[in-house]
Amino acid sequence: MLSYAFRRLLSTIPVLWIAVTACFFVLRLAPGGPFDGERSLPPAILQNLAAHYNLDKPLIQQYLYYVGDLLRGDLGPSFSSEDFNVAQQIMIGLPYTFTLGMTAFALAIIIGVAVGCLGALYQNKMPDYVLGAMILVGVVFPNFLIAPILQLVFGIQLAWLPVGGWGDGSLKYLVLPVVVMALPHAGRISRITRGSMIEVMNQNFIRTAKAKGIGPRLTVMRHALKPAMMPVVSYLGPAASYLLTGSLVVESIFGLPGIGRYFINAALNRDYGMVLGTVIFYMVLIVFLNLIVDIAYAWLDPKVRNR
Amino acid sequence: MLDQNTPGQTLLKVENLTTQFEIEAKSFFRKPTMLTAVNDVSFELKEGRTLGIVGESGCGKSTLGRSILQLIRAQKGRVVWQGKNLLDLTPEQIRLARRDMQIIFQDPIASLDPRMTVGDIIAEPLTVFEPKLSRAQRLERVQEIMAAVGLVPEMINRYPHEFSGGQAQRIGIARAVITRPKLIVCDEPVSALDVSIQGQVITLLRKLRKEFGLTLIFISHDLSVVRLISDDVLVLYLGRIVEAGDCATVFSAPAHPYTQALFSAAPIPDPKLARQRSRIRLQGDPPSPMNPPPGCPFQPRCWKSTDICRTQMPPTELVRQGQSAACYHMDRPPEA
Repeated sequence: MLSYAFRRLLSTIPVLWIAVTACFFVLRLAPGGPFDGERSLPPAILQNLAAHYNLDKPLIQQYLYYVGDLLRGDLGPSFSSEDFNVAQQIMIGLPYTFTLGMTAFALAIIIGVAVGCLGALYQNKMPDYVLGAMILVGVVFPNFLIAPILQLVFGIQLAWLPVGGWGDGSLKYLVLPVVVMALPHAGRISRITRGSMIEVMNQNFIRTAKAKGIGPRLTVMRHALKPAMMPVVSYLGPAASYLLTGSLVVESIFGLPGIGRYFINAALNRDYGMVLGTVIFYMVLIVFLNLIVDIAYAWLDPKVRNR
Repeated sequence: MLDQNTPGQTLLKVENLTTQFEIEAKSFFRKPTMLTAVNDVSFELKEGRTLGIVGESGCGKSTLGRSILQLIRAQKGRVVWQGKNLLDLTPEQIRLARRDMQIIFQDPIASLDPRMTVGDIIAEPLTVFEPKLSRAQRLERVQEIMAAVGLVPEMINRYPHEFSGGQAQRIGIARAVITRPKLIVCDEPVSALDVSIQGQVITLLRKLRKEFGLTLIFISHDLSVVRLISDDVLVLYLGRIVEAGDCATVFSAPAHPYTQALFSAAPIPDPKLARQRSRIRLQGDPPSPMNPPPGCPFQPRCWKSTDICRTQMPPTELVRQGQSAACYHMDRPPEA
């Protein structure tokens, strides 16, 4: 198991290298630069700035500098912030984004799997239809529509929860953004769970479990849940990265100080270092999450282990 | 219907059992049709006997076996087991009764949970029915059973996909006998196996039957296999019993035309003998159980059928001691 994880980890290195390289050059193709502002600076100052950040060197040399720094774990300076470099800025936003994303992720799994299982076990009966219809609402409506509605109802009309902001970081500030982020994923997870659960429940070994005299609850817990989770797990990798990266809109609707905010500003200002840094950070995250998914696969299915 | 004079206690009594399935209507406006898979089946099974159930594909053999064990709920009739009608029990009561009535399935590998080790698969019934056992005691029981079915104890931590069909069926048998059941329904247990392996599994079942005092219901379309293991036999056609009796009598002198046709279609290993015998060739396929013919179910394909067969279902009559059949034109023994 451990050597399996290690092998998978090694195989991610070329993937990361290709992604960094592609990102670096594509970003430079975009017109404009980090110091093109509304108020144009004197050419001499621009010259100095460019020289300071090595922007006057040939592109290939800049690339080698960047990769060299990266290998030493340095994400480089931010062009738009004097006080913090890229790594520091990411670290400032990360706790918020991470808390939001992971809470939403957990909530999506719990709701999704529970609803999916109920739907499968009561296939084409009342609970299946009612839950299915409810969950569809979460999938169909975009978060920028659901968020203001929830703010209006729970924040203003009922005044149960704060409309936005991070406050002291307590639970009540988290509820609305987390629910908004979790809903669409809970919906998709529940559909995947329902489908695969129905398939598994028709398998011969489930019939065997019934014939053995294992009760219906144990049959589901011991025999059906694991195989039914296989397709769900493969969805969880991408879902986790969506939740961590895609909180952009939700963060701005609720005025939360996560990474998303830095990313969008950096892209608009051609802050090469910041954009690259954020992209690399997300990439590592996605690769890492996919690795976890692969390991979870091996745990769920003994046949994968020996490959 | 089977021989009432055999000594021994009745273990299982099936009375007028009828199992129907609703076939979904093809169009929204049509009513769903009913498929009668098991039709008015009655028999009695004595303790320690082995009952063979034979018939063509789709005649309701498996449905009958599963209806007895309540894996499929029947619509009408009674299944009397340990003084109670299983059809009246709650799901939880039936679950508890499964300790004494088990089943072995046809597809051995697909019937095992691919994510469990063999040891866990075999031990699982114990965790449910004898939860007080310690881990060590449970392991001991599992190893004991594995040895009894001819599995090497070293295999205990392997997964089902690492086994051959014959070994997998041994695992299926081990998990069925570990709770010391009284009745085991063997639902085509050897059909998916090579002939040489079939023999081994049949020998194993015969051995276990003796060791554990099992009563078996053995479902198969393979007459030679049924003959090898059964004391009694039921011949099913379109969900109905057409002939029943003790194995030796029925095989030596089949009375119902369908039984005769079925037996004459069974292959004989000796080509000389095979050439000598006269085969009865039936025309056409069995009628659809959704739309059974009037009268006797076999009448459209029967070479003996007359007007009465086309209007009335023939009653079940005693042919001779230990044999009964449902036919107006059955072969009766010469008057003594």
